[in-house]
Order: sequence, then structure tokens, then C-alpha cells
Amino acid sequence: MALAPIFRKIFLVDLIKGLSLTFRYQDPKEIYTEQYPLERPQVAERYRGLPRLKMNPETGKTLCIACDLCAKACPENLITVESERDPVTKRKVLTKYTFDLSRCMFCGLCEESCSTDAIELTPDYEVAQYSRDGMVLDQKRLEEGPDRKEYKR
Amino acid sequence: MTTTAKLDLNEDKTFLDSTELILNMGPQHPSTHGVLRVILKLDGEKVLGAECVIGYLHRGVEKIGENRTYVQFGPYVDRMDYVAAVSNGLGYCETVEKLINVEAPPRAQHIRVILTELNRITSHQVWLGTHALDIGAMTPVFYCFRDREEILKIFEKYCGARLTTHAFRIGGCQWETYEGFEKEVLSFCDFFEPKIDEYEQLLTTNRIWVERTKGVGVISGADCIMLGVTGPVLRGSNVKWDLRKAKPYSGYEKFDFEIPTGPNGDTYDRYVVRIQEMRQSVRIIRQAVANMPAGPIMAKVPKILKPPAGEVYHSIEAPKGELGYYIVSDGSLQPYRVRVRPPSFVNLQALDQMVRGRLIADVVAIIGTIDIVLGEVDR
Repeated sequence: MALAPIFRKIFLVDLIKGLSLTFRYQDPKEIYTEQYPLERPQVAERYRGLPRLKMNPETGKTLCIACDLCAKACPENLITVESERDPVTKRKVLTKYTFDLSRCMFCGLCEESCSTDAIELTPDYEVAQYSRDGMVLDQKRLEEGPDRKEYKR
Repeated sequence: MTTTAKLDLNEDKTFLDSTELILNMGPQHPSTHGVLRVILKLDGEKVLGAECVIGYLHRGVEKIGENRTYVQFGPYVDRMDYVAAVSNGLGYCETVEKLINVEAPPRAQHIRVILTELNRITSHQVWLGTHALDIGAMTPVFYCFRDREEILKIFEKYCGARLTTHAFRIGGCQWETYEGFEKEVLSFCDFFEPKIDEYEQLLTTNRIWVERTKGVGVISGADCIMLGVTGPVLRGSNVKWDLRKAKPYSGYEKFDFEIPTGPNGDTYDRYVVRIQEMRQSVRIIRQAVANMPAGPIMAKVPKILKPPAGEVYHSIEAPKGELGYYIVSDGSLQPYRVRVRPPSFVNLQALDQMVRGRLIADVVAIIGTIDIVLGEVDR
């Protein structure tokens, strides 16, 4: 008769094996928890978070040429672009740009379609607001970005 | 007075002193992994039959597909099987590519294979953690989710999202790999292989786990084929069927890997199959990284996609089984019809046959072992 299986059964070898693994992870070095508001995770460069409209840093004017491509690319139709013709240069000028964040699923199709890289999804991941109206971002808020309260340790 | 009627699970007739009872399990039961409602017909503790009621998470993904362009529908497929979003995206992109007769360049295919296999590992980790939690082993879920984090970090660095990745586009990939991608993936492989041993150390020989899983939810290979069951459930019943080998897509014919199978078709075998699949995934990832070709990552696809009129079916091996897309095009910008064949939906049919004659506690184990995601079942 094979004694080894009986021995293993009586002395709970299979359970002790598992418990020894759990015990090994009691080491404080193995702690994996992030203390969130105090400790902010570093998200990747390509992270698709809060949208931003970029401006030309020299002139301070928006890069958006009101071509409406992002609004057409958006699966949820949440971008509205309004424009008018400049009578002098005959170019389209952006008059209104809104981005309804409450319906956004951060797929990134708007930034891919943008021909001037004006709209961009930034690594800013805190998009919660107090109201639904607050989720509809206008051009000013898209350009300035959110004002964040910094929590210190 | 003593009532020592011994419970014989193989006996079909009811006990004299009991009556049949209909019991609702779910839709808010934590062990149904979402919002699945199972109507159980009981005789005491013994289950005489089960009926699934689905649709609590129906979002009309197929209908949404009819109202979006081919490119716009891409992000929605990620939201069906949300623990294996990359596989869903791969299936959809390959189907549309088949429709417009385009093949992704070799480099894009390799990136796709690496990410899909990483995603297979995450899906199996979520399954292992939650399934073990249902049965009563609490520890594996922490280790699984801890190790899953490493893969999600790679996803985040590659495509900017962790769960609903939208990683692939029709015709290839949107992004080139980031700097250090290969190194990071390889170091993950080195890191992960010992971790699989740890999961096994916790469960494979654990007597409670073995008692709860061996001989539970047995289904034969012939029954699996009859019900259309695919994936690890089919392979656990000793049927060597894997679409990656049977109908290679995305360059899977170039990789050397094995199809793990289980002999008995019970819950324990399906556990072993999935553990082995994780090891095979690591093996595929290593090969894909080692032979990564250079070149473009996007095939020539017109900006405004207008596929010719026609229909196409294409299926891939998702972590849960055969994931198929059937797209009918009428030559316009939007598909005429999108039909998804999700693996969980079909696999769930086997539940009734697997739970018959078992106890209620086994129903929990069996729902876990089928590995359903309700987002995919209801779509």
C-alpha cells in the first residue's frame, strides 16, 4: 500500500502548502494597496481621459478649424461644432464647441480624426462632476482644463 | 423519529416526503456573475432542472451596430465581453477586414496576437478568482487581480485604456508599440509563470477544492457538440477543438502551442484546462515577441469605409469560446445587420444538463465553471 497519500491526507499537506504561500505574502513589502487621494497613480502617456482643446502657444488662438470631423467621427454624436465664415479671410471660425462628457466612452475616435490635432484626450482621469450640466464642457473649459484640488500627505 | 433517507443523486424519482419546489436564483445573486436569473426546480436540496432567464443587461449592441458606421461600431464591441475586450475588438476588425478583402500587415498581426493572448490571461484570471471565491476559496482572487494589474498596465501604456481598450482598428492597429513594449511583455512572462504555479499550489491539490469540483457538472464531449458549446468547456470534455488551430486567423498558424484537454468533462478538468491555457498563452506571447517583424501596422483602408454588398461570417477563439460576427452589408456606410455569436450565450445552454441531479451549492460552482459574462450573454 502506498503510505505517502495517507500520510499527506492525515497531516493536511495540501492545505499547509496553500497556507504557507498565503503566509509568505504577509510580508509588509508585499502590500499592494494605493492610498488614492493621497497617493496619485501615474497613468500612461497615451491614457484616454478628459478631453482638451489645444491652443497655439504663440498666438493663444485655438487650433480648431471647425471642420466638424470630430463631430462626425464620434459614435455618440456628443460633440457640437458651430462656426461662421470670416468675411475677410473667407475661413471658418469656431464660434461654439461643446463636448458632452456624460455620454463619452473615451474611444479616442475624435482625436484620431482631427486634422490639426486640436482635440486630444489627456491623461486626466478625474472626470466626476456634481451635475449633469457640469458634464457638458464648453470651449473655455476644454481649453483651460479642470482646476484641481491637490491633496497633500 | 428518524428520517435517514439517503440522498441518491443519480436517482430520478422524488422522495416521498418532499414536494417539488420552484426557486429563483438571481438576478441579484452574487454568484451568478452579474444579472442572470436561474429558475431552479428543486426536490429538497436536489436540483431537478434549471432554466435561465436572461436579458437583464440587454443594451441592444447589435441594433446599435446598424446605426453606426463600421469604424464607429468598434468601441461598442468592447463592452460585450468586458473582461476580454481585446478579443472582441479583434473578432470585429477581422470580420470587417474579411468583408473588404484586406489583411492586416504582419507586424499588426503580431501585436494583435500578443495583446489578445495577454487578454486571454486576464480573462482566465478573473474567472479563476471569482470561481474560486464562489466555491469558498477566498485567497486566489487577490493574487489573480494583483497579477492582472501588470497586464492592464501594459494595455494602458499601449492603447490608453485598461478595460475597454479599443486597441485595434479595421486594417491593423492604431498605435505603434511604445518604447520598451517587447521588454515589458517578456518580463511579464517571466514574472507570470511562477504565479501560475502559485495558483496551482493554492488549489490543484487542495482537498476542499477537489471535493467541490471533481465530478461536478459533468458533460460529455458529444453533448457539448450537440449544444454548440465551445471553448474551455468543450476542451475540458476531451474534444480537441480550438479555432486557433482549426481555422487559423491573424497568423496563429505560425505559432507552436498545444491545445490542453481534460479527460472527464467535470469542473476540475475545466479548471485544469484553463490553467494550462494560461501557460500556452505565455508560450505564444514569447514566440510572437521573439519573431516580431518590422513594417507598417496599418493596411490601406479607405478613410470612408464603404464595403461591397454581401455578407460575411468570421469567428475567433475568444477566452470563453468561439466568438463569431456575422455582418450583412448593403453597400452603404452602415452595416445592414450585425449579429454576434457570443460564446457565453451558447455555453450557458449547457447549464441545465450540467446541474441536473446535483445540489444547489453545485449550481454555484457550475455557473462559475461555464465562465459567463452577462454583458456578452445579453449584449
